[in-house]
Amino acid sequence: MPLSSEIVFALAAIVVFCLGLYGLIAYAHLVRKIMAINIMGSAVFLFFGAIARRNFDEGSDPVPQAMVITGIVVAVAATAFALTLARRIHAITGETQLPEEQSRP
Amino acid sequence: MNAVFWIPLLTLFSSFFTGVFIFFLREDQKVLRTILNMLGAIIKLIFTAIIFWGTIFAGINYETRFTVIADIELLLRVDLISLMFVSLSAVLWLITTVYAIGYLERSPHRSRFFGFFSLCVTATMGVALAGNLFTFFIFYEMLTLATYPLVVHRGTRESLRAGRNYLLYTLSGGALFLAGIVWLESVAGTIEFQLGGVVAGAGIADGVLISIFILMMAGLGVKAAIVPLHSWLPQAMVAPAPVSALLHAVAVVKAGAYGIVRLVYEVYGIVFAAQLGILLPLAILAAITIIYGSLRALAQDDLKRRLAYSTVSQLSYITLGVAILGPLASIGALVHLVHQGLMKITLFFCAGNFTETLGVKRIDELDGIGRRMPWSMTAFTIGAFGMIGVPPLAGFVSKWYLSLGGLEAGMYWVPLVFVTSSVLNAMYFLPIVYRGWFRPPREDVWKELIPRGPLETKWTLLAPAIATAILSLFTGLFAGSWLSPLALAELIVLEMYVEGRE
Amino acid sequence: MSETLVWSILIPLLGAIVTFWFNPRWVAAIGLAFSLATGSFALWIAYAIGRDGRLLHELGGWGAPLGIDLYADGLSAFMLATNGLVGILISAAAYLYFEPNGDGTGHAQERRAFWPLWLFLWSALNLAYVSSDAFNLYIAVELIGLAGVALIVITGRHDAMVAAMRYLLVALLGSLSYLLGVAMLYGEFHTLDLRLMAELSAEAESSLVLWVSLALISVGLMVKTALFPLHFWLPPAHSSAAAPVSALLSALVVKATFYLLLRLWFGVFSDQMTVTFGQVFGVLATMAIIGGSVQAILQRRLKMMVAYSTVAHIGYLFLLLPLTIPFRGSDTAAWNFDGFSGGIYHLLSHALAKSAMFLAAGIVIMSMGNDRLRNLRGMAHQLPLTTFAFGLAGVSLMGLPPSGGFVAKWFMINAAIESGQWWWAIVLLVGGLLTAVYVFLVLRYAFLPVHPPHFRSPPRRLEFVALTLALLSLVIGFRAVEAFDLLEAGTPFLNAPGGSEGP
Repeated sequence: MPLSSEIVFALAAIVVFCLGLYGLIAYAHLVRKIMAINIMGSAVFLFFGAIARRNFDEGSDPVPQAMVITGIVVAVAATAFALTLARRIHAITGETQLPEEQSRP
Repeated sequence: MNAVFWIPLLTLFSSFFTGVFIFFLREDQKVLRTILNMLGAIIKLIFTAIIFWGTIFAGINYETRFTVIADIELLLRVDLISLMFVSLSAVLWLITTVYAIGYLERSPHRSRFFGFFSLCVTATMGVALAGNLFTFFIFYEMLTLATYPLVVHRGTRESLRAGRNYLLYTLSGGALFLAGIVWLESVAGTIEFQLGGVVAGAGIADGVLISIFILMMAGLGVKAAIVPLHSWLPQAMVAPAPVSALLHAVAVVKAGAYGIVRLVYEVYGIVFAAQLGILLPLAILAAITIIYGSLRALAQDDLKRRLAYSTVSQLSYITLGVAILGPLASIGALVHLVHQGLMKITLFFCAGNFTETLGVKRIDELDGIGRRMPWSMTAFTIGAFGMIGVPPLAGFVSKWYLSLGGLEAGMYWVPLVFVTSSVLNAMYFLPIVYRGWFRPPREDVWKELIPRGPLETKWTLLAPAIATAILSLFTGLFAGSWLSPLALAELIVLEMYVEGRE
Repeated sequence: MSETLVWSILIPLLGAIVTFWFNPRWVAAIGLAFSLATGSFALWIAYAIGRDGRLLHELGGWGAPLGIDLYADGLSAFMLATNGLVGILISAAAYLYFEPNGDGTGHAQERRAFWPLWLFLWSALNLAYVSSDAFNLYIAVELIGLAGVALIVITGRHDAMVAAMRYLLVALLGSLSYLLGVAMLYGEFHTLDLRLMAELSAEAESSLVLWVSLALISVGLMVKTALFPLHFWLPPAHSSAAAPVSALLSALVVKATFYLLLRLWFGVFSDQMTVTFGQVFGVLATMAIIGGSVQAILQRRLKMMVAYSTVAHIGYLFLLLPLTIPFRGSDTAAWNFDGFSGGIYHLLSHALAKSAMFLAAGIVIMSMGNDRLRNLRGMAHQLPLTTFAFGLAGVSLMGLPPSGGFVAKWFMINAAIESGQWWWAIVLLVGGLLTAVYVFLVLRYAFLPVHPPHFRSPPRRLEFVALTLALLSLVIGFRAVEAFDLLEAGTPFLNAPGGSEGP
């Protein structure tokens, strides 16, 4: 079976998702963690893109695209909130990490 | 919805509502609290009299049925066995309430105490009236919870430890009991009590039935203080005297013994249980408990502890009677359910009186107390002689029927157990009686905690002890009358062995 | 008629907007009014569904597959009602808890933030219960997470911030995992509507994609439900929040994602519900019950203990999985809805009891300064009502009669025995005993006769709210017929093997 473009995209999306997950677990700095979450989100959106291609032979399925747009809005809101929270923690404690991860980068 | 439906419910809740009210009273609202307490007890007694009259003479079947979910029902029902326990509880509760009011006159947290006290009696009534295992279990566990605050009431380390052990035993036992009930419900389809049993002929494998029986006995055996599940009971002695009295005579331990009666007579059916071969091990366990309890009682110096071990021993009279197939043994078991309550509560009242009036706790401090407190000591003597089984007191009637029952069933070791136990009873009770009446008074250790009035102690403490002593005297003396516990027990057994066969 | 579902979301949303803009002086009163409206409306919907069966509304007139359906059956109604009932009482508690001091100061910040966020959260919860669209559910889950995190930090305390941050990261991870799973489902079925998906999946072959998406969705939602061993974020988050917030997080929020799991598992993934799947979750549930309870026993602070108790009781919820999936017989044997209903009833009973417990803990902190267990001496004397509420809630959690917890336990044990899985019965019983250990650990201290040094009387009405919740968790043990009937309304699980006798 030749690798069609949507399969490549889907596999790439999963690789990116795993990278994001790794980043979330491996890094202690809160901004890095928030970025990792964003990377995971982008991976999911990429996956939706692949799905949109796959379902239609010509053109693309609009439903996943609608979901991606909505998803981006949610992601922006969540990121803004997470960054605010991280700044407040920094302001109060001077720390940029969660207490149980003090020893890590 | 009519009287037949409401009366069992009202009998149950008469103490519940007063109890809830009492919780909200301030400590200093003594008069109101006393009125509420007495009101609850008296209303309960009136309702008990009504259902007694209605069941025996008018042939009414009181029944409260309420669907919880699907085929699981809350069922309160009056039958002869429950009538026996209900009457006992209602009468003794009234008396104990009077006693407790006097006993706790100056101690802290009285509203809390009497609130839980009322809940405790409500639960006991529920146990008595329960018409199926589901309902029985509800009140059985409620009893555990309502008693805990009473056991730890004093808040000392010792009482907290006793409370912890009490919970450890009863809750673990309760869990096993629950497993047994649910299992039984799923294989037998019904858990309603019925004289003659419900599991016979349901086509359930013997192994399953035996396993279920063991699970349930583990739950009931804890409260009935069967060896090796008994050790919480002597520890629970630290509770105030009215609590011990109620715990040992009516509420907690009696709920266990009563449950064993229900389980053998009305779930398994005594004939079927005998065929299943579960009665003999139960009988042997009960016999061991009887002897063991008496032996341990001998070794105690503390009066209340000695009484507690005596309870362990005496309770198993009931269990042993239940475990013997035959009408005479069954009569003995049922009648001892009442007799033991009357005698033991007398003894605990007296022990409480000694402690409250003179600060006496140990047996060697009792010397000559009969001269200082003749009425209490007389009551104590009646109770002790009853326990030993001196004719014509209540204990003798029980032991007579139980021993005959053993002979009737061809179990010749049973009378031997009772004789041995009676000898041991005599060995640990007679020295107390002797000391009390015939040794020179120990005025040096007595503390005179209550100012001496015309009576030897407060009337609220004295009257209950005398009342129960008279009751235990009369139930023996007039055992042949139509109103005695014996007559009621005979009615039940007649129904069980004769009419059940038809 | 069918617009009612839309209003169940709009009323609290409107409340959130109004309370956000309104004068802080009146915010609590208005918030409480909206809470009452939302809660009673939810209860009314539940009543209507119990009477008429399911409700369906096509948003904007566009039905599935292209549009979005709002759909509610007995199970949704049960959740709506649970939220409604518990929500009203917690709102009342919050009104009293965040009350200004005598001079009109104090708690202004909390009052200002609590009401909009809580109504917003409620709107998201209702959305989760009435949505039939997998992506719409993602939105709901994300909003629940964000609102929940925001509610934790309104106290402005440092430990709350840290706990909230951890919770937020976990929540985002969970919802993204869920979303990836949904994407795969969409690739497989070309629809997002849960009911259409369920119909298609009944005919579809079991494929790898389906299993992967099941795994992603399950793990994603399990993280948010805090099933052991993914529970690490819950105890600090739930215990560091203000008491009413802790109450609604433990009582309502974790249940929402659990509900979604049930919907997807028994609806869309009905073919994947094998015996092994059930047993695996049974083991996780057992670990949660034992691990959570042991941790609770080891805690020295009341709120941490109560929070770990939530971890344990989430385990009970997941036990319904092995109890529902038939253990013996073929894969097409009928599901055991006794076990299912028992588990769901535990959800209600736990919601009532746990909110009562958290409120009781809050009252303790209010009046005794802190919640260290050894500082609880004298509690039974100084705070009899609160102690009583805590004890009664404990009874329900232990599964002792008479209580909702007991009815639930009865049904679950019954299901375990009837399906030949007696080991789950043992887990249930041992779990109850472990619960008793930590409840009585608290009561033991409470009964010690020592006067607390700095005692401040809490609002009496707040104590009564806690007591009401605790009493309700007992009262539901006397009558369960209506609740169990409601679960059956509209046959929530059409794919259930064994036909239409669904819960």
